[in-house]
Amino acid sequence: MFTYIIYIIAICGLMVSWLKDKSKTKMALRKAWKTFEGIFPQLITVLMIIGVMLTLVDESVISSWLGSDSSGIGVILAAILGSITLIPGFVAFPLAASLLEMGAGYMQITMFLTTLMMVGIITFPVESKYFGKKITMKRNVFAFCFAVCISLVIGGVF
Amino acid sequence: MKRYRIPLLLLILNIIFGVLYPIFGISTLNIMKMNLSEMLSVMPPIFIILGLLDVWVERSTLVKFMGEGSGVKGSVLAFVMGSVAAGPLYAAFPIAAMLIKKGAKFQNVCLFLGVWSTTKIPMLLFESANLGLRYTTIRFVCNIIGISIVAALMEITTSKEDKMELIEHVNQLESE
Repeated sequence: MFTYIIYIIAICGLMVSWLKDKSKTKMALRKAWKTFEGIFPQLITVLMIIGVMLTLVDESVISSWLGSDSSGIGVILAAILGSITLIPGFVAFPLAASLLEMGAGYMQITMFLTTLMMVGIITFPVESKYFGKKITMKRNVFAFCFAVCISLVIGGVF
Repeated sequence: MKRYRIPLLLLILNIIFGVLYPIFGISTLNIMKMNLSEMLSVMPPIFIILGLLDVWVERSTLVKFMGEGSGVKGSVLAFVMGSVAAGPLYAAFPIAAMLIKKGAKFQNVCLFLGVWSTTKIPMLLFESANLGLRYTTIRFVCNIIGISIVAALMEITTSKEDKMELIEHVNQLESE
């Protein structure tokens, strides 16, 4: 749904831009392409590594690690799994729901989801290409610390 | 072509493994296909919007709305931009880089990245469908607080020199 909205915004933007100034529009498209092509090699590298990783550590492995474990070790495992892997949201949320059903705690699930979305070890090369190693490192460390905090809070509430 | 060396090498390794262990090969291929199709479906419009913003939005305008001294307005704008987004976090990096280039405040850029990563509206809808409204609401509130704190910490802990270096680095990306 939202993808369509983004497409509509992009297409409308292009049309308005084209009517106002053709050469500027061409420049915008050139920039769009250049930016995309600029990170494409890193992106497909990341996608291939994810493909291999998720084959080795598939949903059944994740379930057996996090499934019924609601101890501290479960939280640590969730943090490791979440930080390394990068699973799209439409897979991650149903997976989290099924983990809950299997007996995992809310603390583990929150840790898993938060690190999954905010901390990216595999995407480190892509991120540091834009922001440099130092800032990328810092952002990931802070995000990880935040994941620990939010897991404790949510683990306490539920 | 040099930039494609690593992915090409990985692809060859992948094919070799895939032939030796077909089950492994098919699975990696399927996951790659899924991720690639996600990437290719959301990224074109995002990059087109990025290009348009880059061409049409003057640096001075962006500084006014998101730069130093933009105050709450800048934070709210960063927040809205991140919320309506779609796509994985790595799609946000080039946009964040463009914002830095145009003079957005570092804290606002961090806020934008944080919001994009966890509290995108399409994701929230999906999350509440799977994990319940109560969980989603609590996580959302915690996330907003956490993202704001992380953005503030990023701003405080990054020295002026580091920020200058970042701006220079981002400008160089363009000319490559």
